[in-house]
Amino acid sequence: MKILVAVKRVIDYNVQIRVKEDGSGVVTDNVKMSTNPPDDNAIEEAVKIKEAGKATEIVAITVGEEKAQETVRKALAVGADKGIHVKTEGALEPLAVSKIIQKIVEKEKPDLVFMGKQAIDDDCNQTGQMLSALLNWPQATFASNIEIKDNFLEVTREIDEGLETIQINIPAIVTCDLRLNEPRYASLPNIMKAKKKPIEEINVSDLRIDIKPRIEQLKVEEPPKRKAGIKVANVAELVQKLKNEAKVI
Amino acid sequence: MAVLLIAEHNNKDLRPFTLNAATAASQIDADVHAVIIGQNSETAAKKLSELPLIKKVISIEAPHYENFTAENFAPAIVKIAGNYSHIVCSANTFGKNLMPRIAAHLDTSQVSDIIKVISPDTFLRPIYAGNAFATVKTNDAKKCITIRPTSFEPCESSGGTATIEKGEAAEEFSNTKFIKREEIKSDRPELGTARIVVSGGRGMQSGDNFKLITEVADKLGAAIGASRAAVDAGYISNDHQVGQTGKVVVPDLYIAIGISGAIQHLAGMKESKVIVAINKDGEAPIFSVADYGLEADLFEALPQFMAELNKLNTIQK
Repeated sequence: MKILVAVKRVIDYNVQIRVKEDGSGVVTDNVKMSTNPPDDNAIEEAVKIKEAGKATEIVAITVGEEKAQETVRKALAVGADKGIHVKTEGALEPLAVSKIIQKIVEKEKPDLVFMGKQAIDDDCNQTGQMLSALLNWPQATFASNIEIKDNFLEVTREIDEGLETIQINIPAIVTCDLRLNEPRYASLPNIMKAKKKPIEEINVSDLRIDIKPRIEQLKVEEPPKRKAGIKVANVAELVQKLKNEAKVI
Repeated sequence: MAVLLIAEHNNKDLRPFTLNAATAASQIDADVHAVIIGQNSETAAKKLSELPLIKKVISIEAPHYENFTAENFAPAIVKIAGNYSHIVCSANTFGKNLMPRIAAHLDTSQVSDIIKVISPDTFLRPIYAGNAFATVKTNDAKKCITIRPTSFEPCESSGGTATIEKGEAAEEFSNTKFIKREEIKSDRPELGTARIVVSGGRGMQSGDNFKLITEVADKLGAAIGASRAAVDAGYISNDHQVGQTGKVVVPDLYIAIGISGAIQHLAGMKESKVIVAINKDGEAPIFSVADYGLEADLFEALPQFMAELNKLNTIQK
């Protein structure tokens, strides 16, 4: 079985982002970038499946500018066998990304495609579902547990009401929740080895698909700030304030 | 052209956020139709027809719609999408799972999780865990929109008399099978719509200790929330998680107990009207958004909090 894992480079989750003064976006220069956190879970799951002898090859793919390749290199260090970097410039919408990955799926013919459930930059939560639609494959979104059976998966999904279990036939798409597993750190020897693993570079123009944005970002601004609160001295004062000042209890 | 609202339901009742999504839909265009896909869902369809904002209900029934799967629901909606300028539903796990599948079938770039309708093609949405707001304009002819339910008031739920039309089912998608749903039943208010939320974090130290939170929540008629750290540690189930990748809540009162206040948690609660933080670390970031901060050991403060609440003659419900 072959697993394709899609990874995205985003501003590191610990960074407090800053909005550009001209309202054109957020500051990304000299800001720490990392792999989108749930994409790390997607890679980890693929590696665990391979270690369990249920997969033979893991291909990591990213779509983006030159530096996006760092995320593929990291996936290779954690256990992916081969990388693909589809080179693009400028912002891409999830619909465009899913069309790009669709092309790669047609070429690589994986049995499963894994990715994070949501990117923590644009918070769109679309790409996996869109790719499933384009391929007409089953989709298991927000996965917190995956059981591999003969030719199907049993996936536990985190939903608002609790948990849901679905069975999806292979080939299929799974989008991973942060609780799916605990991503490992790459060891130094594996980081060195990963430098020798192949990364195929593809120019997006060679895929001949329409990736023009359909959505214009007119303005990016800071959200309204909360006004500063107070510290109370003790519980009695807190309850009194809630009752008589805020009038919420 | 009218706006199509996708109803979320369990064949008997509408899920509450359908009412918030109806409000958002009506702000895009007053002509709102609603589609309900299910099996033996007459009761829910009737309730949908009673929302005064809804002008027409389309009911699509088939055995394979008894449980929700995006693979089955999306083609049914695509079949009727031609009649509509916009397709709208909530950005909860239902809508997040479903809408992108519809949008891709329609070759439309979806606008996710809007918090404001500026005009029929321009919307405000949070990005970077709510640390920035983006104003976006979609140029697609057909617009697929998910709405953040807590940013729109629920609409009136009675008095309407929309007609209910039958719609045509799409073929069954046989490669996905629903197995089971484990819903955590509770007598408490739903987290997403509760007036008061009491949340615990890693500082709770164990699942057992959450009973301190349960007591306070019961006293206040509140829902129980949690940080991701508390859910990851197994103190409480995932449906309680508040934050960027969990639920977004906007209660009148949010009480954060033993929660440090990572950016990702703040994303899910910082729009709450009044925020209380109880934490022994006075430098914890949660205090930066708290209206009332109490620097204290929660294991001492929570029993005192209960005692003080018990002294009150009345508590708002």
